[in-house]
Amino acid sequence: MTEALLTGANASTEVPLKRRLRRAERTRQVKALALVLPLLVFLLFTFAGPIAGMLWRAVDDREVRQALPQTVAALANWDGKDLPDEKAYAALAGDILAARASGTIAIAAKRLNYALNGFRTILTSTARNLKAVPEPGTAKETLGKINPAWRERTTWTTIKDAGGPVTGFYLLAALDLTRNVDGAIVAAPADQAIYRDVFGRTFLISLGVTALCLILGFPVAYLLATLPPGRSNLLMIFVLLPFWTSLLVRTCAWIVLLQSKGVVNDSLHWLGIIDEPLRLIYNRFGVCVAMTHVLLPFMILPLYSSMKAISPAYMRAAASLGAPPLTAFLRIYLPQTLPGIGAGGLLVFILALGYYITPALVGGAADQMISYFIALYTTETANWGLASALGAVLLLATILLALVYGKLVQGQQVTGGMKN
Amino acid sequence: MEAGMVTPAPALVRFSGIQKTYDGEHLVVKNLDLDIKKGEFITLLGPSGSGKTTTLMMLAGFEVPTQGEIYLAERPIKNMPPHKRDIGMVFQNYALFPHLTIEENVAFPLSVRKVSKAETQARVKAALRMIKMEALAQRRPGQLSGGQQQRVALARALVFNPQLVLMDEPLGALDKRLREQMQLEIKQLHETMGITVVYVTHDQSEALTMSDRIAVFNDGIVQQIDRPDALYEHPVNSFVANFVGENNVLAGTVETIEKDYCRVALAAGGSVMARAVNVSGAGASTSLSVRPERIAIIPDGTSSDGPNRLPAKVQNTIYLGDHALAVLDVAGNAEFMVKLQPGVHDSLRPGDNVFVTFGPKDCLALDPV
Repeated sequence: MTEALLTGANASTEVPLKRRLRRAERTRQVKALALVLPLLVFLLFTFAGPIAGMLWRAVDDREVRQALPQTVAALANWDGKDLPDEKAYAALAGDILAARASGTIAIAAKRLNYALNGFRTILTSTARNLKAVPEPGTAKETLGKINPAWRERTTWTTIKDAGGPVTGFYLLAALDLTRNVDGAIVAAPADQAIYRDVFGRTFLISLGVTALCLILGFPVAYLLATLPPGRSNLLMIFVLLPFWTSLLVRTCAWIVLLQSKGVVNDSLHWLGIIDEPLRLIYNRFGVCVAMTHVLLPFMILPLYSSMKAISPAYMRAAASLGAPPLTAFLRIYLPQTLPGIGAGGLLVFILALGYYITPALVGGAADQMISYFIALYTTETANWGLASALGAVLLLATILLALVYGKLVQGQQVTGGMKN
Repeated sequence: MEAGMVTPAPALVRFSGIQKTYDGEHLVVKNLDLDIKKGEFITLLGPSGSGKTTTLMMLAGFEVPTQGEIYLAERPIKNMPPHKRDIGMVFQNYALFPHLTIEENVAFPLSVRKVSKAETQARVKAALRMIKMEALAQRRPGQLSGGQQQRVALARALVFNPQLVLMDEPLGALDKRLREQMQLEIKQLHETMGITVVYVTHDQSEALTMSDRIAVFNDGIVQQIDRPDALYEHPVNSFVANFVGENNVLAGTVETIEKDYCRVALAAGGSVMARAVNVSGAGASTSLSVRPERIAIIPDGTSSDGPNRLPAKVQNTIYLGDHALAVLDVAGNAEFMVKLQPGVHDSLRPGDNVFVTFGPKDCLALDPV
């Protein structure tokens, strides 16, 4: 009976209590939302929106469909094994005449030329030489006469592939892949296969810069965390000093220092150490030096904050328990800085992946990173599809890395720094 | 003073003429000479800034004496790095390694000594059994309560059988009940394992509970080293009398000295007989020290002709469960405490005029405060 009474009392109070809790929480939640709302809106318009747009552009493919609508429709059911039938030729002739009139032929020609070198010529010559709509039944013959390429299967598969509305063409190209005439995914021709190389170079340079930052930053962060406050503050100002000048100025300063008639070479020459000036810039060395300099604070600060949280009592305890300094460092201090190393490393690595100005200014042709090509396709050749696809691949790789890091950090917390 | 009580053995630790300064101007430790015998539980007691922790840190090897030498088992260790000293240490905030499990924490001193895996396992298990924490071996320090962390720190400092164990206010962060329980546990461990312990605290009741001997520090100087009862009964100066246990102070001037006793004229009038402990001679000013539990209250009008009988006015009574305190105004000291049996205080009302009386042997004439 008592039990029944108790559960009854619970049941009668539980619902109102929950509702009251919700009501009490709601005000708080609304307030919290109101506080972050401006930033949320800002991010939506300046970050989430553009990224979604970029990802869309990587697969968007409507240029040919808009310029040659009837051809794309006529090819929709074509199996691609033989040349298409007369109907497709007639549709193409009609489309070309219409596109010539509306001036969209160049847009389609540009897109088709990405997929098949020389397509621009095929299309423009055809447009120039096609006087009028061919008599019914003679379209195939007429077009074939104007340009023999229309008797090639490849020409037609290219139009069909570019028919959209979405395509994997740019993403494949970003990975040095392409579709052959039968639609199978194959390696791109050697003269176009450069992006894997560029991605590899980008990751290699980023990795090297991250390692350099860690090696140079760790002792500084340790000093910062262990010096008395007065001197530590002074040192911190030096660490943050680079943030007070623009990236461009800092990079140009490296040019002044490292060029063949620069400060470093002149000093070495004057000291009699070298006879010929060393090549310190417009190569991988210059890129790594300048990028490490720029990115060093991003490594030092997370390291510092993780080291600041490590009580000196731990090292004393380790010593009192019989651990020599090196053992104490490796087994007690270092494992506790791992979160800082991870955070700093990830930050520097991801920032380095996107570096553009520094490699562009102090690197040679073989040191340009992926951002350079993205910028090239966006601003110079207006190949937005490929630029977006390169960006999407980079984004994906970065997200994957961040996930792997997250998993590693999680595992770290479960198993600890010491492995048996 | 009490050296005859213990069988003479070579000291395990000897501080010889130790001085320490951090800034080159003030000595934190002034000329310390201290012998610690094997198997002894010695407490360094004193207020903060008295030099007790510095002394401990010099023994552990984290501070270097400015002058003098420390001997451990007859070997000078002034320049020996901490990890070679074979001294276990329990820190104020335990300093358990947060990234290691309890088991790994306790195994740490063994693994750095390259003890075999099987033996390490056995010893860690035994150590965890000793502190009754086998079930929590796989937890991390952050998941344990303060008392449990304290036990693990203790096990970690003992598992490698160090010749000496140092404890730096290890119970400071625990609540009162847990602290008292841990005091008994540590004392028990000391007795069963026969280890030598140097314990630092500012809590005099903790020192009295646990120690074989207590060294009272003040101002960088050891004021007195003695057994707890001797320290309480026979303090050598006013600082020790005031720091160890409750104490009532009355100011006065020595009139005459007769052997061990002297007559002291109180500054507020009247005179009492007191044991002459630390007085230079007739005419010298002195501080009288009387413990609250050695004083009796005589209701006004009752005749009694004790040698030390002073008029008093009741200020207040405080009920404390197992006993009660009467706060009186005696000879100019308005916070004169008398410990009473509960119930007795009921008859006292603020404003009552009474007398207090105490035996001459319970009244110590010490150096003026």
